[in-house]
Amino acid sequence: MVLGNYKSVISARAADAEILKRSQDGGIVTQLFAYALEEGIIDGAIVAGPGDEPWKPEPVVATTRAELLAARGTRYTISPNMMLIKEATRSYGLDKVGIVGTPCQMQALRKAQLYPMAMRKVPDKIALAIGIFCMENFPYQGLEAIVEDHCNVKMESADKMDIGKGKFSVYTERGAISQIPLKATHKYEQPGCHVCLDYVANLADVSTGSVGSPDGWSTVFVRTKNGENVWSKAIDAGYFETKDIASVKPGLDLVTKLATDKIDKNKKSVEARATFGVNKGLRNPYI
Amino acid sequence: MEEPAPEPVVKAPAEKPAEKPKDVEIHQTLDGDKKEEKPVANKITVGHVHMSGCTGCLVSLADNYEGLFKILDDYADLVYCLTLADVRHIPEMDVALVEGSVCLQDETSVREIKETRERAKVVVALGGCAAYGNITRFCRGGQWNQPQHESYVPIGDLIDVDVVIPSCPPGAESIRNVCVMAYLLLQGTDEQKELAAAYLKPLMDLAKRGTEACGCDLMYDVINQGLCMGCGTCAASCPVRAITMEYGRPAIDRDMCIKCGACYAQCPRSFFNFDVINQFEGIMEAIDGAMGKGGE
Repeated sequence: MVLGNYKSVISARAADAEILKRSQDGGIVTQLFAYALEEGIIDGAIVAGPGDEPWKPEPVVATTRAELLAARGTRYTISPNMMLIKEATRSYGLDKVGIVGTPCQMQALRKAQLYPMAMRKVPDKIALAIGIFCMENFPYQGLEAIVEDHCNVKMESADKMDIGKGKFSVYTERGAISQIPLKATHKYEQPGCHVCLDYVANLADVSTGSVGSPDGWSTVFVRTKNGENVWSKAIDAGYFETKDIASVKPGLDLVTKLATDKIDKNKKSVEARATFGVNKGLRNPYI
Repeated sequence: MEEPAPEPVVKAPAEKPAEKPKDVEIHQTLDGDKKEEKPVANKITVGHVHMSGCTGCLVSLADNYEGLFKILDDYADLVYCLTLADVRHIPEMDVALVEGSVCLQDETSVREIKETRERAKVVVALGGCAAYGNITRFCRGGQWNQPQHESYVPIGDLIDVDVVIPSCPPGAESIRNVCVMAYLLLQGTDEQKELAAAYLKPLMDLAKRGTEACGCDLMYDVINQGLCMGCGTCAASCPVRAITMEYGRPAIDRDMCIKCGACYAQCPRSFFNFDVINQFEGIMEAIDGAMGKGGE
């Protein structure tokens, strides 16, 4: 259950070279939305577009391929994508909304669909929800401290950031690589991440992330009927290259291990909240 | 206008035998073949009780379009609703959807909310006013021609409330879901009862939590508790755009907030019941099925 319900899991990457040029991994999110937009499966998608400070994402409703491409790449800081979920169905006039988000944002989305207390007309207009794997996130100022102080790279000159193999890595435009052990970044983590019990976006239609697949490829879980429908059409139309997940290294074992580690660790912090004070505890959203 | 057929009055109370007075003539106004061949059994009875509200909550119920007709055809009889039917006094009800808060200086209002509690099995505070006071929190009297009408309280301050549906207005689909789940709870199979109880639990917990709401809830019970993860749902939910996201956290314009309770209720870190939400696909299909919107 640490990997959630899914119908299939596969290693994949986009067939479109332009998308892969600046994608974080296999370009799955951008490619799948681009396909869905072309096919009319969605008429827009909420993605993390460029913001007003370097590496600070700003949620946008992308209705063109160019806007989707502008959102490629992981920004390791908060992009409150759910803030546009209602507006996408209002002034943007979308009937078939796509949204990408972290596991918590997929949770927020499904709660909004099942308990739409302040979300009139949102539940039926969600056409494709793509979740991305997420171990934790950083406030913008935390990311700044990691990149500028620990990695000694100016935010403006960073070309790509990546967390993997126990390291936080920053690649600069001129080709330098700066790496620090992930341990040094722990204190900058967003506190709200420490009660999160989802690693691989269990509630998305399709979820994807780097872990489990080789560099340049992504691990993809296809979870819902809707997700399966869109994904299989995209595969048939030749939008993705795929490999059997069993044939790639490190494969599903590592995904399972990291998911288990995250959930076990955070379950402990959820439990510890119950007795955080003296005869008093902190609130538990799950009960 | 023709007199409405008196079915509801005849049907509603289980203890009275359903017997039509002999001198009443019923004029069939619908096409015979469109009329139900036999009345659907085991409908629940639902009433809409209008306290100091704006009728926007009732409009939200009506905003389910054909979904509302489906509910009225198959699952529920609307036994009381001054806006839509000519039943003058609050009858016995399985579910009372109460909108609006209560003016303490208006005797009729105070009596009616008490009668509602006595006569309803399940009382639902429908919308921000009934649940939390909402805009009537700002009332302070001094207007013609009842300048003494100055004190308004959410219904939960005067009676026990079972379920709340916050927000102003409450989403049409959430009212529909509560009606369907209430039907399953009262008339469903054991499995359906279990699902309905699980679905309604967080809305019942919100009722127990209290009758105060504000954008401040996001501070007190989410951010201050170390639970906010910056998803932005609160900002989307706010009907008056009092919430913006700054560096991944809600910033609340508290002078703009109308105290409807939407942001906290919609926040995935207020309640998040995995047992229900993990089954989102099946539950949404089941609700669509109940609404006659089956597969493609």
